Amino acid sequence: MEKNRPQAGDRRPPEETTTTREIPTITVFQAWCKRCGICVAFCPQQVLAMDENRQVYAKQPEKCIACHMCELRCPDFAITVQEPEPALPDGRSGGKP
Amino acid sequence: MKKSTQYRLLQGNEAAAEGALAAGVRFFAGYPITPSTEIAEILSVRLPELGGKFIQMEDEIGSIAAVIGASIGGVKATATSGPGFSLMQENLGYACLTEVPLVIVNVMRGGPSTGLPTSPSQGDVMQARWGTHGDHPIIVLSPASVAETFHYMVKAVNFSEKYRNPVIMLMDEVIGHMRARVSLPPWSMVETVNRIIPNMPPEWYVPYERTSMGVPPMASFGSGYRYHVTGLVHDEQGFPTGKSSEARDNIMGIFKKIERGFREVCLVDYHRMEDAEHAIVAYGCMVLSAMSAIEELRDDGIKVGLIKLGTLWPFPRFALEHYLPQLKTILVPELNMGQIYREVVRVDMGRAAVEKINKINGELITPDEIIKAVRGLAR
Amino acid sequence: MISNAELVKKYCRHNKKFPHIWCPGCGNGIILSGLLRAVDGLGLRKDEIAFVSGIGCSSRAPVYVDFNTLHTTHGRALAFATGLKLAKPELTVIVATGDGDATAIGGNHLIHACRRNIDMTTIIFNNYIYGMTGGQYSPTTPHGAHGSTCRAGNIENPFNISALVEAAGASFVARTTSYHVMQLQDLIKKAIRHRGFAVVEVITHCPTLYGRLNKAGGAPEMLKWQREVAVPKNKAAKMSPEELEGRIVTGVLVEKELPEYCDLYDEIIRQAREKAGRGGENE
Repeated sequence: MEKNRPQAGDRRPPEETTTTREIPTITVFQAWCKRCGICVAFCPQQVLAMDENRQVYAKQPEKCIACHMCELRCPDFAITVQEPEPALPDGRSGGKP
Repeated sequence: MKKSTQYRLLQGNEAAAEGALAAGVRFFAGYPITPSTEIAEILSVRLPELGGKFIQMEDEIGSIAAVIGASIGGVKATATSGPGFSLMQENLGYACLTEVPLVIVNVMRGGPSTGLPTSPSQGDVMQARWGTHGDHPIIVLSPASVAETFHYMVKAVNFSEKYRNPVIMLMDEVIGHMRARVSLPPWSMVETVNRIIPNMPPEWYVPYERTSMGVPPMASFGSGYRYHVTGLVHDEQGFPTGKSSEARDNIMGIFKKIERGFREVCLVDYHRMEDAEHAIVAYGCMVLSAMSAIEELRDDGIKVGLIKLGTLWPFPRFALEHYLPQLKTILVPELNMGQIYREVVRVDMGRAAVEKINKINGELITPDEIIKAVRGLAR
Repeated sequence: MISNAELVKKYCRHNKKFPHIWCPGCGNGIILSGLLRAVDGLGLRKDEIAFVSGIGCSSRAPVYVDFNTLHTTHGRALAFATGLKLAKPELTVIVATGDGDATAIGGNHLIHACRRNIDMTTIIFNNYIYGMTGGQYSPTTPHGAHGSTCRAGNIENPFNISALVEAAGASFVARTTSYHVMQLQDLIKKAIRHRGFAVVEVITHCPTLYGRLNKAGGAPEMLKWQREVAVPKNKAAKMSPEELEGRIVTGVLVEKELPEYCDLYDEIIRQAREKAGRGGENE
């Protein structure tokens, strides 16, 4: 963020848990997530769940339709969903648009 | 042909308005209240002529809030009040801590409460110093004539810009409403001071980092320097902090910058003090009574002089200390119960005999009353 | 759609102030996210936005975003913003204020800002309670509800904020909730585009205090309640007062083109300068 005097490097939140396969990439910034349960409760596909430490993770990542509802509803900007890469050259679908 | 100095019959309040304009004030917010309403009326006409803006807010709380907002927007701004000064206190403290330049003109009338709306008083002196909560510096000027009101208003705006601190023009109703034939300098002759602005690139701007003068450069909103202003005690970045060291630096920082400018902001005049054994300490309309009293007393051979306080806060203690060795007595005539008298006693520390004359019934203290008092002391 | 990662990088002071101060599940973060997405959607430049707030949970929003941010005194945000807007009309002024900040201590400034129709967008975070100070009831706490200062149930009747600001003269009034995240963005965009005083009342949930004191459950439950009671304006128009009892009517409620304060004052300046002749008296 260019506004302040350049810092040694952005303070990226640690412990990112990322599930990466052809399906959308769901990233949870565990340092910012306050475990309020909103994303888990309102994910239309029940993709997300909380583990025993109440940490959010993608329990059924393959069902994610990248509707971004979890992002829009997150009060802490602590979850983000990246669309899967565009279709591979050999025509295999790169996951839902 | 040099523009000749123009002579005009001017009311004190009008001189305050003209002084503000000459100093570059281009925003005013106020609320109708005796005895300062004329300032608002005049500026509501004069400001738009100069491309400036006037707004009558819903109360004095809104007035000073709007003035702070405008000042942060980069425009020199003034608000007025009378007893409404009491409503301005919280935001005055906000402006002190956020270091936002502004001038409040408080034309004092008989208090407390609704009091004596059309009678003069000097009863807001301590409020001007301690009206808002918490320790904070303040600069309070008190003009003693119509002409001086113009010049002090210019100084008030300049001080507020230079030190990034609110300045209060504490006038009494006499000065506000009396008229006098005055010659006002053309604006080209009026020295104006503008706040220092940042010259480093925006990404290097640290909004509350103090320069050698102790005053942080101030960028106006929308000028490409995005930063945070808050009434919470803050760090150099302007962000709220609870760290005691940062809190100390924040609050002590705003004191230090005024301390550094102490001599400059202390406006004091002396009249016939060279050989004086007795002094009259006066400010505002009391200066008029004191001046004529001194003439008569001097004719009677009493060595009396005047210490005229143009600045009430910070209290110009040096003005007293310089003469204390030669003074037997000090008389402090005030239209309150002795608010500056207490400061004189504090500084005097028993060296000279300090006496006071007080009126709080809306009447003026007359020269004769001062003469009688000084004669009594001089015996 | 901009992702949270990009939103944070583009608009937030993220390496300075995050994670933010709001409680787990609080609606304020959702509203801030909606605001930033609206700003992004409108393509506004950060330099041209002034984000002003008063005091309270709602009013901690500006410190987190990389705009010209002004955190003022309790209830006075609109008066500060009025001065700022007049001094710098080119700024897009957005005000964040709470139900207490706007309608209790700030009520007088609220109705006058509406009456003046000065061009700014006010987002009222209406969580029915004073959150920052620990759950006292506010002017919008429902009758009978509980607060830390009305343990036996609120005997007062709440304001209908949208009706209040409409009556006071606001030329754009909209209401939504922290559940309706798409509508939230859309209404804020419309409000910012609107020239005049625009109010977006966002019914938002406060699980920590209002939720606990009124046994309304956690954030998910309170959001579901909002989903149930909300009814879009055109549907509500066909419903009887009894049916509308306890419902939240959402959408654009008022949208009028009225003369805007800064425009009107510019005309005052034009006339005054003309009358005063070239260059004015003492220039």
